[in-house]
Amino acid sequence: MAKSYGRHKSHGHAPTGLKRWLFSTNHKDIGIMYLFFAGFGGIIGVLFSVLMRLELHEPGVTFLTWFVADGTVEQAAQFFNVLITAHGLIMVFFLVMPALIGGFANYFVPIMIGAPDMAFPRLNNISFWLLPPAFTLLLLSAFVGDGTIGVVGASGVGAGWTIYPPLSANISGASMDLAILSLHLAGASSILGAINFITTIFNMRAPGMTMHKMPLFVWSILVTAFLLLLALPVLAGAITMLLTDRNFGTTFFDPAGGGDPLLFQHLFWFFGHPEVYILILPGFGIISQIISTFSKKPIFGYLGMAYAMVSIGFIGFIVWAHHMYTVGLDVDLKAYFMIATMVIAVPTGIKIFSWIATMWGGSIEFKTPMLWAIGFIFLFTIGGVTGIIMASAGVDQPLHDTYYIVAHFHYTMALGSVFAIFAGFYYWMGKMSGRQYPEWAGKLHFWITFIGVNMVFFPQHFLGLAGMPRRYVDYPDAYTFWNQLSSYGSYITGAGVIFFLGLVIYIFTKGKKCPESPWGDHTETLEWTLTSPPPLHQFEVLPKIK
Amino acid sequence: MSADAKNKKAGLILVAVVAGMVGMAYAAVPLYKLFCQVTGFGGTTQRAEASEGVILDRPMTIRFTANVNHDMPWNFSPSQLTQETMVGQQMLATYRAHNPTSKRITGTAVFNVTPFKAGEYFNKIECFCFTEQTLEPGESVDMPVTYYVDPAIADDPRLDDVKEIVLSYTFYLADTEEAPEMDHKGMNGTGN
Repeated sequence: MAKSYGRHKSHGHAPTGLKRWLFSTNHKDIGIMYLFFAGFGGIIGVLFSVLMRLELHEPGVTFLTWFVADGTVEQAAQFFNVLITAHGLIMVFFLVMPALIGGFANYFVPIMIGAPDMAFPRLNNISFWLLPPAFTLLLLSAFVGDGTIGVVGASGVGAGWTIYPPLSANISGASMDLAILSLHLAGASSILGAINFITTIFNMRAPGMTMHKMPLFVWSILVTAFLLLLALPVLAGAITMLLTDRNFGTTFFDPAGGGDPLLFQHLFWFFGHPEVYILILPGFGIISQIISTFSKKPIFGYLGMAYAMVSIGFIGFIVWAHHMYTVGLDVDLKAYFMIATMVIAVPTGIKIFSWIATMWGGSIEFKTPMLWAIGFIFLFTIGGVTGIIMASAGVDQPLHDTYYIVAHFHYTMALGSVFAIFAGFYYWMGKMSGRQYPEWAGKLHFWITFIGVNMVFFPQHFLGLAGMPRRYVDYPDAYTFWNQLSSYGSYITGAGVIFFLGLVIYIFTKGKKCPESPWGDHTETLEWTLTSPPPLHQFEVLPKIK
Repeated sequence: MSADAKNKKAGLILVAVVAGMVGMAYAAVPLYKLFCQVTGFGGTTQRAEASEGVILDRPMTIRFTANVNHDMPWNFSPSQLTQETMVGQQMLATYRAHNPTSKRITGTAVFNVTPFKAGEYFNKIECFCFTEQTLEPGESVDMPVTYYVDPAIADDPRLDDVKEIVLSYTFYLADTEEAPEMDHKGMNGTGN
């Protein structure tokens, strides 16, 4: 890539080599760095998930014992808990957020609104460079400390990604503190990014690019940035309280001093629920662009689509306690949270049906990005339906913390987000690198992944309904069949990831040159008016939008 | 306004929003307590000066439970398992605490009632849980709690099914100090 950018040196200031990447204030270079970082985080996250599935392949603790110092079941179980915690945190903070927000949004939001760069380019650089130290701290936490209560010689954080006290407050050793600081840094990075995006989108649109003409991807990032801005500081506050509870004798979550562990759950989910929309909304934006491009039609119900995202963002802040139905909430409160949660289906339904209506009667071309986009709609709809089922407080009671929940949130925020990332990757790869992927390889990657992930997660519905709880290293024999199927799916998905990595190397070395607009004349957004890859500084003369 | 100044202004406003949200997270701590006290959320009981003297013809069984945090060496149990009362009637119950160690120990009790929805109507006039309690090595005390069930419970249809309320206490360790002089007989010395 560095080579192809070289052609544009005539545009003026163009640092090269280490300086270009380390000190970059260019939104496109920073976007690329985010994507590579996300790729790295994703590989580790997938690796951890495959390790978990290998352990769960058979009943009994037989596999993870190889990885722990003295090979005891207790240590292996602690290691399993460390894996689930790290897998969750890595996928959320070091794969999906960097890829969708740091990567694609950084690269394409300024281009799509006709701006030369982000509003605060240096802040953008800081946002990125806060992430590698954050990731390092999280990985370090796995190696320090007497990580849990009662397990000698075990290290790492095994509290789950939700780090509920009293467990998280009582884990001895520095591992939990390192994880908390890691979240602080990752949170600060995202907050700075959010400030940058909001300012850019409000202030730097090209003449004629009114709010109601912005591409839906830009709308999705605007809403996401507001969610980040309002939700992440609450997480920062909550984990700071946890940190002082652990180290400085405060008792925010400790009943002995008049605190309440449930307060942490309220604060966590006030962040956590908007967070899951933070993970999926940029995906909504990408899918809208792709469906429109490959149906050769403008998106159906543009305004409805934009404001559906706004209302999803708003409602996302007032439904947090549906994660807490089993803590003993008052029945009236449960009724409120249940109804508010079910209301989210309305704007989400508007989006699903508008995508279908866009395809309806369109001249659909099933290129790779379109396959991923349709795959996204399929998976997200399955996850959405199970979400409505569990929104009911009564039904949630037996399903709480079972594999049914695991299946539900993987179908929505995990598979949904990852399919959106891959859709965006195949859609924009030629634009970003100047080299196009081979169509057959993209399609093969799609089918491997689609079959793999459905095999992983669909059986987990059955396991959950049969009562298998999440976050355990072992299970009774009765659950063996569906667990094995799930594990086989995980191996297929892992093979898909390896295939994808090979494909990326192939594109960079042997990929065909990508024209300005590889998807024909039906694209509506500004990135397709630039060369592939775009010049180092685009829109020195602002484009006029009609 | 120039583009840069405009961006700076927007940026500063957004930074203020972030600071405000961090503040809100911390404000949640006192607000949450206030919310629990006002609504009886999570079985938080109410505090009163004296009962209003209205006694309804509605019987209520009060059940008492007690336990201690694992760091707390005291023996702590209710002196009576249940009390039969009428709604509005002022009652006295006691809990017995014994310090079996050779150390002077201060503890604080936290409490709630179940069903949680009854918290709003469970009034305590006098309770050992309002202050810290200190027990000398080997000392036993009876700790009183004076309470009544608010007659307003009759006006709330949500509580029509409540015939029994469980009052629960947990003692936590607040402070331990070595007693200056003492005889050690009958003590197991398991204090922290």
